[in-house]
Amino acid sequence: MSEAITLTVNGVSRTVHAEPDTPLLTVLRNDLKLKGAKFGCGLGQCGSCMVIIDGHNVMSCDTPLWAAAGKSVTTIEAQGSVDAPSVLQRAFITEQAAQCGYCISGIIMTATALLARNPDPSEWEIKQALARNLCRCGTHTRIIKAVQRAAREMRR
Amino acid sequence: MSAAEKLPGTLEGNRRLDQWLQFNPDRSITLAIGRVELGQGVLTALAQIAAEELDVAFPRIRVLSGDTAIVPNEGVTSGSRSINEGGMAVRYACAEVRHLLLKEAALRLGIAVEKLSVADGTIAGPGGEITYWQLPHATLLARQASASVSPKQASRHSIVGTNVGRLDIPDKVTGTPRFVQDIELPGMLFGRVVRPPSFAAKLTSFDRALVENLPGVVALVVDGNFIGVVALREEQAVKARLAALSAAQWQEGVLPADETDIYDFLVSRPSKDQVVIEKSDAAALARGERSFSARYTKPYLAHASMAPSCALAKCDEGIVEVWTHSQSVFALQQEIALILDLPAAEVRVHHAEGPGCYGHNGADDAAFDAVLLSRAVSGRPVQVQWMRDDEFAWEPLGPAMVIKTRASLDAEGNIVDWAFDVWSNGHMHRPGSVKTAGRVSSLIGAWHVLDSVPRAPQVDAPMFAGIANNAVAGYDLPNQRVVEHCVLELPLRVSSLRALGAYANVFALESFIDELAAASGSDPVEFRLRHMKNPRARAVMELAAARAGWQPGVVSDGTTGYGFAFAQYKNYAGYFAIAVELELDQGIRVRRAVAAVDVGQAINPDGVINQNEGGIIQAISWTLKEQVRFDRERITSRSWEDYPILTFPEVPKVEVHLINRPDEAPLGAGELAMGPTAAAIANALHQALGVRIRDLPLTVERITRSM
Repeated sequence: MSEAITLTVNGVSRTVHAEPDTPLLTVLRNDLKLKGAKFGCGLGQCGSCMVIIDGHNVMSCDTPLWAAAGKSVTTIEAQGSVDAPSVLQRAFITEQAAQCGYCISGIIMTATALLARNPDPSEWEIKQALARNLCRCGTHTRIIKAVQRAAREMRR
Repeated sequence: MSAAEKLPGTLEGNRRLDQWLQFNPDRSITLAIGRVELGQGVLTALAQIAAEELDVAFPRIRVLSGDTAIVPNEGVTSGSRSINEGGMAVRYACAEVRHLLLKEAALRLGIAVEKLSVADGTIAGPGGEITYWQLPHATLLARQASASVSPKQASRHSIVGTNVGRLDIPDKVTGTPRFVQDIELPGMLFGRVVRPPSFAAKLTSFDRALVENLPGVVALVVDGNFIGVVALREEQAVKARLAALSAAQWQEGVLPADETDIYDFLVSRPSKDQVVIEKSDAAALARGERSFSARYTKPYLAHASMAPSCALAKCDEGIVEVWTHSQSVFALQQEIALILDLPAAEVRVHHAEGPGCYGHNGADDAAFDAVLLSRAVSGRPVQVQWMRDDEFAWEPLGPAMVIKTRASLDAEGNIVDWAFDVWSNGHMHRPGSVKTAGRVSSLIGAWHVLDSVPRAPQVDAPMFAGIANNAVAGYDLPNQRVVEHCVLELPLRVSSLRALGAYANVFALESFIDELAAASGSDPVEFRLRHMKNPRARAVMELAAARAGWQPGVVSDGTTGYGFAFAQYKNYAGYFAIAVELELDQGIRVRRAVAAVDVGQAINPDGVINQNEGGIIQAISWTLKEQVRFDRERITSRSWEDYPILTFPEVPKVEVHLINRPDEAPLGAGELAMGPTAAAIANALHQALGVRIRDLPLTVERITRSM
């Protein structure tokens, strides 16, 4: 049965009507029209759907809506826009750290959570943090450089 | 150039200038192109070429790509041909348009053409100026191209050859909707398909009651072996699909091979054989003193894009409209029209970006699935999203291959004889690949519905660009015989995957060259250079070796290995050499990869480097980790757990050094790295451990078994 479930998304309280076991990703994309988080596998194996829930990066494709009820969800849309990109987004543009770009919003969310808890990560720490985010085009080395660049700029 | 003469690249066949360019009231220019963005950055590179020839600032160019109702038909975006064929068309069309505008401006201003110059679309001369947009551009462009206006010399380029930022990246890093998955049409419903468990399975029974009364289900289609569901909400469609999977009973067939005996299968079945090259020199042959032979294998590989295929379709007002991440929007349009018995003009296909495309994946199939499901709901818009296991089980895979080599060395350790035989299914099964076979289709949905259209015959890429891609050794060899064996029986569904046969062929060829170098006691780089006169090939080898700090005669302690390889893609396109350094203390890991690349003129040097970095990393993944698993019934790789790819912690340092040659023709950049990277890793394993692994993927188990 469909229920009314309230959660905070990008700082705004939102109530959605859906079955409680609906994947959070589906609600974000279809009900709230936030298309930044992507459907990649639906199995919690690739990280394309990464969002931040109460400070932790979480895969939204296998997070049921009920588990996000009352929590604070942050998506890539909260970071910045094409006209006003965030520091991380700007670093990805500077490093041209994308090919198809399908994995990138999930990767930026993981990197956001990483830099929030560790403002000066080593290359090894960045790689470990991103271990659950897949990239098929092979953009990894540019992505690592972009995260390093953003970390430097944020520390300034 | 007369009208009858062949025009450059894809301008031939799309001669109207106003098919390519349109001048807009806001002083922008629309460049309409048939090539599509696959994540390779091609739209940006083509826009650079247009801005360069038109003498306008880069941001004035707006690219419109892959809409069959509007853009020129440039065929398939494949084979690393978009810059050399599509780019040449844009270059000549824009040079001619600039000249037409200039001539008209000269008339209106009363100033000789020679005295006019153009800056950002404003034509100026002594005593007057006028912009492109003030001229009757629509009338001027309503004509056939002649390709009679020479494009700029490379020395005058200020946009081509620079690292313009990719047009699509700002959207992609901000989550701005631009993928096919992000499109929402008014009143759109959500569809899922329920595919058979295996290629030959037939539906024997289906319990509709388990599905059609589920919440939100709008339509359930059970038509032959095609099953699909349409629901109001996406999660309802997903649940209906799961229910339909258990409601369906299938009878599965027996596959003629499984993952262990596929190679024996390939070399023992009927094949269509063709000699690719035969070059003989009896005197050289007679100098042969020692002979060598080897067999190499490559498993089926998945495209394994970041998301499974997706498409939208709606059918109203007499038009079937489709949004797809297909590489071949025009061929897909033709094929949908053929299957539905409609005139092509009643099918409109729009390209929209998808997850990275490395060849012929499920995109075209998903597009037709969307059409079938839209028709089941009176033409309402339906988005069809394949699930992860649909893609692993049903996308056309990169074919398994077997290569047998034989060579002889003379007393000085030079190659005097060389034979190379390659077995594989054909590497092509795209929409439109077979032109003459009548009413046949490459689309799953077309075969599966009751009123089915037969499966189009499997073919190979023409001009030896498929099975035998890079099968010919580019070295200076006095005797060489290369034979391709196109195996006709098809255990699994296959088509084109990045580099096609070149991945396995270069792996075999460059491994074997290394074996011969070792047998002759030569350094592998020196051995290659000794057999290669082509100066551009030598230049990339020398640069890669120098930047990697290659040292002849290094003896490994067994924990580090160094390997080298080279290829010129397709034997006539881009040059690529690579040195890799392996770390062998915990499994097999590439620590560093250093490559040198020559693609002729680089339109966007950083784009070329990005493509090659990506190619190297993807090739490392293929080479160390990837193999589609299957048994006698079905494909058993169904998720990322069954088909692991390289992850961040496993990624090496990668350096790509570009030799830019602005005065040479652009050669394409996307597929160079695959084969050489595989061989360099195999060669490094041999350098470190003394074992030669000839079967992909190169795994610890295989090393242990051979030691």
